[in-house]
Amino acid sequence: MNFETTIGLEVHVELKTKTKMFSPSPVSYGAKPNTNVNVIDFGFPGVLPRVNHNAYRLGIMVALALHAQVTRDTHFDRKNYFYPDNPKAYQITQQEKPLATNGWIEINVHGKKKKIGIHEMHVEEDAGKNTHGDSGYSYVDLNRQGTPLIEIVSEPDIASPEEAYAYLEQLRQIIQFTGASDVKMEEGSMRVDTNISIHPAGTDKFGVKAELKNLNSFAHVRDGLAFEAKRQAEVLMAGGKVRQETRRFDEPTGTTILMRVKEGSDDYRYFPEPDIPPFHIAQSWIDEIASEIPEMPSKRRERYINDFGIPEYDAGVLTATKEMSDFFDETVKDGADAKLAANWLMGNVNAYLNDQQVDLPDTKLTPANLATMIKLIVDGTISSKIAKKVFQETITNGSEPKAWVEQKGLVQQSDPAVLTPIITKVLDDNSQSIEDFKNGKDRAVGFLVGQIMKQTHGQANPQVVNKILMTELKKR
Amino acid sequence: MIDRDQVAHVAGLAKLQFTDQELTAFTKQMEDIMAMADQLNEVDVGDTTPLYQVTDLKNVFREDKPVLWQTRDQLLENVPEKQNGLIKVPSILDNGEGEA
Repeated sequence: MNFETTIGLEVHVELKTKTKMFSPSPVSYGAKPNTNVNVIDFGFPGVLPRVNHNAYRLGIMVALALHAQVTRDTHFDRKNYFYPDNPKAYQITQQEKPLATNGWIEINVHGKKKKIGIHEMHVEEDAGKNTHGDSGYSYVDLNRQGTPLIEIVSEPDIASPEEAYAYLEQLRQIIQFTGASDVKMEEGSMRVDTNISIHPAGTDKFGVKAELKNLNSFAHVRDGLAFEAKRQAEVLMAGGKVRQETRRFDEPTGTTILMRVKEGSDDYRYFPEPDIPPFHIAQSWIDEIASEIPEMPSKRRERYINDFGIPEYDAGVLTATKEMSDFFDETVKDGADAKLAANWLMGNVNAYLNDQQVDLPDTKLTPANLATMIKLIVDGTISSKIAKKVFQETITNGSEPKAWVEQKGLVQQSDPAVLTPIITKVLDDNSQSIEDFKNGKDRAVGFLVGQIMKQTHGQANPQVVNKILMTELKKR
Repeated sequence: MIDRDQVAHVAGLAKLQFTDQELTAFTKQMEDIMAMADQLNEVDVGDTTPLYQVTDLKNVFREDKPVLWQTRDQLLENVPEKQNGLIKVPSILDNGEGEA
């Protein structure tokens, strides 16, 4: 029997704000335990939460980037649950009137484009962090408590683990380009929960779904869902029933493990948050935020292809991160040839980043320096061989290419008056190679060029050398 | 209108355990409380729109400017048990509940 898979994704993203959602405590990653906290985060009685204007603004920005409809009249709700990571015993969230509804993003799996709907997205607060120790105790750090989050809930439009992966990639990219979040899975600023069910192909009633947790990378999401689809199919094929349960992905085995069986739905006893007055979001504010959204990756790709003649694949690589795309734009603005800038970024720069395991902003390379270096190559001041040295210097030490090239005397030698005597000397010293050349051995030319380069410490302009060498060889 | 099972269910959500006797007593009390609250349903409010707030306030935002109100020591003063700046609590196994 064939089954169809239905996947829903809930993605939590930490918003990049200076303070928390409902309190003015600072938000920073990696602070000492319980230092970015105050009485509101600790849930002391009598405190009054106040909504972070910037957090709501970033929420609207993401909503607009995801083509969603911003809810004009809204309020917050309390979601009640007891767990030490949240001492209030409720989370302030938006249940009844979420920030926005009805969005979509377009994914591309193996060349097939598909729109995935976004059911709703809302702003809420993150919980603190529990560390489970031995001897029956847990240890709580409330620094993360109250950090602004948006939760983005997809429609059940995702039909395969690969589509789930593509959806997450697109979502991460779009949000990163808005600047609303770092969206780093490894730092927990992006977290993914999924649910998955299967039903016999051709029927239209969804099967019983399992929730999947502990997914620390997009690859885990894909692999966990693939395992889960297979597991559920095996249960059904054996005549069994899929139970409504929460499972967690086990990385070492690549399988999913039962956490708990769910009976009935979660009971959070939501009610409107009495401490926060309702909101009426003005259209003028929405318009203002819309005008502030940075150019999205799809628009940038179009521009690179149409304005610069960059191939589609390359445009995709250049827009993989906002840092890379911004860097490219700046480099071109600083006067570099767009295609050369693209090649350098995708080639040497990316290789350097992979090799050093760093991000572009961690290096000393600036768009201005890269542009200068490219201009030096184009106008023949340096050879592409010397350019590699210049690149290494400017990316590791931040040196200004033009000044460094001059200081180190690396300017390419293109003057025939200087090169010709060197070339004739090399020919005098290598009569065997001249013989070989005359006998049709092309390798001899390569050897001679090598000798000339050696004599000029690699600074001779290869095109000029070739030209003079051929003329001189024919004279012999 | 409120039965024992509902009280036991809500107690479970709040991680509370009651004896049979307590359950009987609380069921009665909860019933009385709900009956009192239900009197509100007798009021004819016509087609008044539901109200979430009685303050008449709207759009109360705060600027995104960090301020530290308390130190860690001050905040941990009321914590029953602590260790290395962390709050020490009886272990509650993460069974998939909790967290945002």
